[in-house]
Order: sequence, then C-alpha cells, then structure tokens
Amino acid sequence: MEKTDFIKKNLPTILWGAALISLYFVFSSLIAPYSSGITLNSKIVVDRLKEIGGFLLGIFGALAVVEIYFYQIFFRQPTNQTSAIIIRSIQAFIAIVAILLVLYFFNATDLFRIGDGGLGKIVNAPLNLQEALKNALIKSKFASKTSAGTTASILLSLVFFILYAVIHFISKPRASKTGLAYLLILPAFIGVLFLIIYPFFFEIKLAFSNASLGTQATKNAQYGFIYGWNNFKTLFTGTVAQDAKFGAVLWRTVLWTVINVTFHVLGGMGIAILLNRKLMFKGVYRALLVIPWAIPTTIAAMALRNEFDSRYGLFNILLGDLNAWLLNLSLHTQGVIGIGNLFHWLATVIGPVSWKQDPFWAFVSVLISNIWLGIPFMAIVILGGLQSISQEYYEAAEIDGASRWQQFRNITLPLLSPVLTPAIILGVVWTFNKFDIIYLITQGGPQEKTDILVSSMYKAAFQFYRYGFTAMFALVIFAILFVFTLVYLKISGGLKSATE
Amino acid sequence: MKPNLISRSLRWFFYRSHGDSPFKTLLIHLTLIVACAIAVYPALRVITISLRPNDTLLTTDLRIIPQNATLDNYKEVLFGSPEKNRQSDFFLWIWNSLSIVLVTSIISVILAAVSAYAFSRFKFRGRSAGLVFLLTTQMIPAGMLLLPLYIMIAKLKMINTSLGLIIAYAVTSVPLTIWMLKGYYDTIPIDLEEAAYIDGASRFTVFTNIILPLSTPALAIAFIFSFMGGWSEYLVARVILQKNAIFTWPLGIFTYAQQFTVSWGQFSAASVLIAIPVMALFLYTSKWLVSGLTLGSVKG
Repeated sequence: MEKTDFIKKNLPTILWGAALISLYFVFSSLIAPYSSGITLNSKIVVDRLKEIGGFLLGIFGALAVVEIYFYQIFFRQPTNQTSAIIIRSIQAFIAIVAILLVLYFFNATDLFRIGDGGLGKIVNAPLNLQEALKNALIKSKFASKTSAGTTASILLSLVFFILYAVIHFISKPRASKTGLAYLLILPAFIGVLFLIIYPFFFEIKLAFSNASLGTQATKNAQYGFIYGWNNFKTLFTGTVAQDAKFGAVLWRTVLWTVINVTFHVLGGMGIAILLNRKLMFKGVYRALLVIPWAIPTTIAAMALRNEFDSRYGLFNILLGDLNAWLLNLSLHTQGVIGIGNLFHWLATVIGPVSWKQDPFWAFVSVLISNIWLGIPFMAIVILGGLQSISQEYYEAAEIDGASRWQQFRNITLPLLSPVLTPAIILGVVWTFNKFDIIYLITQGGPQEKTDILVSSMYKAAFQFYRYGFTAMFALVIFAILFVFTLVYLKISGGLKSATE
Repeated sequence: MKPNLISRSLRWFFYRSHGDSPFKTLLIHLTLIVACAIAVYPALRVITISLRPNDTLLTTDLRIIPQNATLDNYKEVLFGSPEKNRQSDFFLWIWNSLSIVLVTSIISVILAAVSAYAFSRFKFRGRSAGLVFLLTTQMIPAGMLLLPLYIMIAKLKMINTSLGLIIAYAVTSVPLTIWMLKGYYDTIPIDLEEAAYIDGASRFTVFTNIILPLSTPALAIAFIFSFMGGWSEYLVARVILQKNAIFTWPLGIFTYAQQFTVSWGQFSAASVLIAIPVMALFLYTSKWLVSGLTLGSVKG
C-alpha cells in the first residue's frame, strides 16, 4: 500500500527522469555515428565539471568559514574568563589569516604592491604554507601531483573547522536580534565587495595611471595625479578611441538614446493599444510580436548585419524593387498633368543605400535594428499597464461624451504613468549602455561614425589597449549616469518606495 | 458551410469592444498583421538562408523556402564535414555556454535568495544604504567595470577559463537577482511568518519551510533571468575568452562570419538550432519575465 502511494506521488518525477534518460540515449545513439566530427568529448566534459566543482567547493567552503566565524561572534559567548581568552585569541588569529589572504589577493591583482620584503613574506605566509603542505603530500605519496593542491587546501581549511569546534565547546548560546540579518547578507556582501566595489576602486586607481599596452597593463604602469589629468585632458581634447572626438560621440549617444526610446515607447504603445481589446487571434499576434525580443541578441544582430549587405541584404533588395517600380511608374505617368516627373524624382531619391560605407546610413541601420529589437519589450510592459486600468473609467467617459483622444489623454496616460515612467527611464539607461548591436553590426564604423560612448570605451580598452585612459573614460560615463540616476530618483521618488 | 457559422465567425472576427466598427476592427487586424510580418520576417530569413544550398547563398531571392532547399548546412554545423576535413565545435560551444551560464545562475540565485530575505524582512544598520547601492549597480553598465575585472581575472590567471567568465557574469547577475527577489519577498504577507513564530518556529525554519517554498516561482524567474542574461552575451565573453576550445556559442557562431569566406549558411543553421529552444523557453516564460522585471525595478 505504502509502496504504491510512493509511486503515485512521485510519478511525474519518475516520468520526467525516464523521459530525460531515454532522450539522452536517443540523442547519443543518433550522434554516435558522427562522433568523429564532433570536438566535444567526455574528457572535456569531465574536466570542466572538475574545474567548476573545485571552484564551487572553494567558494562555498570559504563562505562557510566566514559564516561560522560571524555566527560564533553573534550567537556564542564565552562561559568564563579563560574561555574568553582562548576564544578571542582564536578569533583574532583567524581574522589575521583572513586579512593576510585579502592582502595577498590585492597584491596578486596589483591593486597595490607589497613586494617581497618583510611584509610580503608575512602576506605570502598562508599560501607558502599551502605550497609546503602540497609538496609534502606529493613527497609522502599521499596525493598525486594533480590533486595535491586541492587536498592541501582542504586539509588547511579543516584546521579552521577544528578551531571553530573548540570555540563551540567552550562557549554558550547568546541571543542576537540583528545577527541573523548580517549572516544572511554576508555572502552577497562579500560577492559585491569582490565583484563591484573592488573593481571600482581598481578603476579609480587605473584612471590615475599611464597603463597601456606599452606598460604591459599594470606591470610597469606609473601612477600619479598628473597621469589622471592627462587622461582627463585627452578625453575632452584628443580622440576617444582612434578617430572620434568626445563631443561628437556624446551627441551621437544622446541621439541614439532619444531616438531609440521614443520609437520603443511609441511603437510599444501602439501595439499595446491595438492588442488591449477582445480580438480574434490575439494570442497569435502577441506571440509573433514578441519574437524580436525572444531571439538571442547576438543572432539577431548578426542576421540583421547580413540583411544590410549592399547587394544581397533584404533592405537593399526591397529598396531596389521599390526603385524599379517607381521608375516603371514614372514612365507611365510622365504625361499626366499635376504629377509630371514626381515619380521619376522619387525614383532618384529612393533606392538602394550603402549601409556600410555611408556614416549616416550606417547609423540608421543600427537604429533600425535596435528599434526592431526593443519594441516588443515596451509593448508587453505597456500592455500589462493597460490591462490593469479598469474598463469602467472609459465607460463613464463615454457617457460624458469624451472623445477617444480625450480618453487617452485623461485616463490612459495618467493611469499608465506608474508603469511608463520607470520603464522609460530604465529604457534610457539601458539604451545608453547597450552597444552590442552597434558593435556586432557596424563595429562602430565607418571611421567610428556609429560609435556611442560605451562602445568607444570598449574599443579604447580592448582594441587600442589604452587602459588608463579607458578607466578615466569609464569614470566620466559613470558620473553622467549617476547624475541621471539622481534625477530619476528625484522624479519617481523611487528611493523612498524602494527602501521603506 | 452553414451561413450561421460564417456569420458567427465573422461576428467573432469583428468583435466590437466599446464600439469598434467592423471597418476599424479590420484596420486593426491589418495593422497587426503588418507588424507581425515586420517582426517575424527577418527571423524567417535566417531559416531561409540556413536552408539554401551552398552554391546559391548569395541571391536576391526573397522566397521563404528557397529553391533546392537542403539540410546540408545543419549537418555540417552539427557533425562537421569529412570532405572538408573539418570537425564541428557546435556541441563544444553549447556545453561551454551551458556550464558557464548555469553555474553563474546557480551561484547568484543562492546568494540572492538568502540576502534578499534579509533586505526584505530585517531592520539593521546599513540596510537602506545597501539597497540604494544595489539600485545604483543596476544603472552601471557591465562594460564599465569590465576593464578592471579583465585585469583582475588576468592576474588571477583565469583568462580563457570558464571560471573567469563566471566571475564576470556574476557581477551583473548577483545585484539584479537580489533586487528582484527582494521585491518578491516584499509581496509575501508577513502574517504568515508571524503565525509561525507564535507556533514556536525559529527564523531559520520560517525561512526554509515557509518563505523558500512560497517563492519557488520567483526563484525560477530569477534563475531564468540570469540565465537569459548570460546565455547570448557576446562582448564580455569576447574579452575573457580568446581560445577556440573555450568559446561560448555567441563567440563560436561569430567565427563563421570571420572566416575568409563568410559562411552565412552555417551561421544561420547554427543560429536556428540555438534560437529555437531558447525562444520556446522565452515565449513560454515571457509573461513571468516581465513580472520579474517589474518586481525588480519598476515599483508602483
């Protein structure tokens, strides 16, 4: 009886598992005859799993060490004087080791140099210990060469846990009101510290340096205020990547942002209003219209780049057809009074365009692409907002004799603004920062005439290796965005509602 | 056909909500059909190009199913071509992408699930500062910190490893997921927890037995969100990964375009193979994805 219950309860899971396993077998038996043509093999898979497994073990092991440390600080207290001395000294020891490891990390990543002197020896002590243990393990044939490093690290971290166990047994529980909050925050805090705050300070330091390819990045770089000033001066007087100047690029960024967001909102609003009613095939329309958003950006960008080809791309084929049609039309309408050469004139204006060589059309091509990609998202967001507006308002307005425009102006827009305002402002920030389309379609060309600020910065760093300059550039962009964010917070009062 | 059925379906087609005339409804349908065509046609062209035989790749033909349609491109993308003595990296790229993006998502969801709860429920010093900080990081482009991160990753000898890219992706995905989940936890009524406290549950039990089960959908959304964020990322990956063997698929399919003769056919075939499962997942989850975004950033 119990057994059948168990099967019944877990039937979906079992079926899913069976389906996945059979899928795997079908898949592998299909692929097996072709396996010689495939570079992926089980060795690569196993190696990757080992690499990632070790990484996760390291991260979560380190987190466990830190978490237990603070757990004991918040939730345990010494029972008597001697235990207090032991506990505090153990905790001080662990804190010192942790500080040494962090210093080692700073040293290794070149935030500041400690050198090999007295302090350097102390900082390197934990790592040297690990190295020594590793060598000892290899010598004593306890572990193989490949696994010795990991084994040594695990053994060393075991020391921490033994110390924690000691603390645990000579202490008693203690109540803490906020302790749990800090324990919960801690992992993310450490993550953010290493991933965002540390790189940010590193960037400030880089901004005041002459780091470039010639100085082998930070290896031989020199630091000082004068370098920072030079970088700053170059930014506004020199070129930002290779050809373009700051002012022109900033102006283009503003254009890029304003045009994109305007079209996204107008197009999205139009589609949302059309869809926000009872309609046949509504679901089909919705699904089809979302497709540009659903396509992975890289694929969409590359596909569109192909379509902007001057001979075989979709746009020029269509424009060419239109041109031929107009020419044909002009032959028939030449004699008609009032039209005259209108179509002939149109035919000379409308025709295939060199999307790649002409800076203006290149910029238009990236704009078209980004607008195409961005409208569905806005449409869905606005549609969500529209659906939350009660139909009663419109009925009441209709009874009062309000026109459709008045209804839109006085009901839809005000009630939509809680959704629309943040969406627009986020849209502005995202578009300002979004340069994958530009990079993939035109690569900023021709002559960097389609670059925006962020793409110039990217190129300055990773194409022209102007590291110090790029760091200063990034700080300036950050300042621009920061001001914008402050304005946004002021407009929306988002800060208050977010942190209350 | 019965006239009744025709008139009924006509009435359905021209359904009138607050007084749309049939003509207007027709116009709406026409507009939407045109919009759909604009949305779908470039995507269909990718399929078209992938089906073209290699000798007619460059053509001004606009048909959706090309002449002499063939699956050769797909075969070459998936299994390489023995004639050209070329092996296929397709599965390798997918595996690289999958392993990197999955691990990033797992790490950020775990970190966020825990810390977002603290942000949502506890009052402690530094809470509002932390939230403002998280909000600001959403405004910072990933590209801004890319340079110091790149140097840091290079110094740690993690260039050309999956770990380096996992670290770089975690920069954007961790704050975003925290912010999203905090928004979701805020919507769970606090009464539920208080009832549990009265029954003698500890904060830890409340978190694991009440909050986590209740927020499974939100965790799933956060996971998908951070997965989608990394899945088709190109620019960061290009900086961190420079060796063919570790390429993620966006870098991989880009190599088709960089070869001496651009292989648009293979590029398109690879794109179709990658895009279809992702788009299916996306369309299936798009409703929740929007709500996740609004949870995270669009308050009100």
